[in-house]
Amino acid sequence: MNTPPDSRSVGIVEPRIARFEAPLPLACGRDLSDYQLVYETYGELNEARSNAVLVCHALSGNHHAAGYHSAGDKKPGWWDECIGPGKPIDTDRFYVVSLNNIGGCHGSTGPTSINPQTGQPWGPDFPPLRARDWVNSQARLADYLGIECWAAVVGGSLGGMQAMRWALEYPDRIKHCIVIAAAMKLSAQNLAFNEVARQAIMSDPAFAEGHYQAHGTVPARGLALARMVGHITYLSDHAMASKFGRDLRSGSFERGDEENVEFQVQSYLRYQGSQFSGSFDANTYMLMTRALDYFDLAREYDNDAVAAFRHAHCSFLVISFSTDWRFSPERSREIVDALIAADRPVTYAEIEADEGHDAFLLPIPRYMDVFSAYMRRVGVAS
Amino acid sequence: MRLDLTHIQRWIEPGSRVLDLGCGNGEFLQLLQDERQVRGTGIEIDEHEITAAIARGLNIVEQNLDQGLANFPDQSFDTVVMAHALQAVHFPDRVLEEMLRIGREGIVTFPNFGHWRCRLYLGTRGRMPVSRFMPYNWYDTPNIHFCTVKDFEALCEQRNIRILARDVVGNTERQPMLASTWPNLFATTAIYHISR
Repeated sequence: MNTPPDSRSVGIVEPRIARFEAPLPLACGRDLSDYQLVYETYGELNEARSNAVLVCHALSGNHHAAGYHSAGDKKPGWWDECIGPGKPIDTDRFYVVSLNNIGGCHGSTGPTSINPQTGQPWGPDFPPLRARDWVNSQARLADYLGIECWAAVVGGSLGGMQAMRWALEYPDRIKHCIVIAAAMKLSAQNLAFNEVARQAIMSDPAFAEGHYQAHGTVPARGLALARMVGHITYLSDHAMASKFGRDLRSGSFERGDEENVEFQVQSYLRYQGSQFSGSFDANTYMLMTRALDYFDLAREYDNDAVAAFRHAHCSFLVISFSTDWRFSPERSREIVDALIAADRPVTYAEIEADEGHDAFLLPIPRYMDVFSAYMRRVGVAS
Repeated sequence: MRLDLTHIQRWIEPGSRVLDLGCGNGEFLQLLQDERQVRGTGIEIDEHEITAAIARGLNIVEQNLDQGLANFPDQSFDTVVMAHALQAVHFPDRVLEEMLRIGREGIVTFPNFGHWRCRLYLGTRGRMPVSRFMPYNWYDTPNIHFCTVKDFEALCEQRNIRILARDVVGNTERQPMLASTWPNLFATTAIYHISR
């Protein structure tokens, strides 16, 4: 018998805001002062404050990872499959913290925020960010919430990169590092896709070199196009074939029919693109893809991933998906091999899944089993 | 717990690093962790076994032994164990070499195909033996490289692998003498402690 969906949801959640006055030194050399982070929490922090789990979001994610914002809300948070009572990140055991990273566009300080020095929106002048800047700001959020050490830091894709950076930068503040569908650095192919996405945005006249807020325009076409390119890379060939095949949405191949044919996949991509461009900020997308491009776990360790991971004190769970070609299983195995060579405790599973990179968001039975089995070992004892 | 596994335990130094090739559901690694306080890592390919082993709190890496172990550095473990998997890999000789590259010592257990029942079965029926211990048919068996006690020892000699100790499990607990005196005839399971 299936459990009714309600009992496995964290229910209605409310975003909160944490303000920080002390300047945050950024990797680019500038400081960010007077910034805010929007975050949500699920579950209860125990008395020993030992059951906190940090969820790091990916490229287009935000703080709303689980539950609903209102009773009429149709769509739950982006990782609702994995966060809730009885789910892998079990909110009956863990206190889950999920935030929108700085540079984001869902309530944390980012390009659409007002630059206190000019009184105008930051726009393209928002300081460039690295994954480590996010990690440092997350550490301040941990201080603010009174969390000395995370039971686990968890992330998929770009979120997994932040989780790994946590393990190296704050080795005594993280007990378990969970890295899903990630990589130690992007491949040339990945960099290329991100460049196409940025060029799509920049070539939209409404982008106005990033000053669209001041110009009163919205680079919706460019952003939609960027998202369409990204979306293709998140799905596998097989997933697209089984979802859309060559099905037609309109028109036909009948002789004598002049109407243009539209394939289902075209309309799907356009829908995804327009949905995204209505809810996301172009400068944030530029900033996030650059942070993704620049990430290289081992760069400052002489490009030696083994030397890098020797700084970590935590245990690792690494998960990859068989048809993920954006962050392929080979990239995850590189992480695992470096951890083995660094003599760090690591568990690795490669999940058979047809869904490509997107699989990390989906309730694939074996993925849920492995994730849950591992999370049960994550101690919350006082 | 299978008998071969309880036999192995005493060869494992307390607090040492152990790599278990084909660790199954991790029952043995967990025993070693509990009784010998080892730092263990398991390698397994079966997804259900992997989940079961993760649930025990063990460090398990999903990896196919037939695709090599090059990702494990030289001499990075004290002991590399492979229980009842030698006969199931594509290149048993290469796996043995790898075991002793990665570990200071190795422990191998395998079903002895030279056991008198196997010989009798093959000799009288003329068919590949099927028994409680080897329940598969020739066409669907994962055991593609059966060997005898003598075969294994010949391979060790050829590859300059030192046999530190040999132990055997007989057909029944009542015949330990038979199995240790004539292992190639009476051992159902052979257990070897090896090094370079």
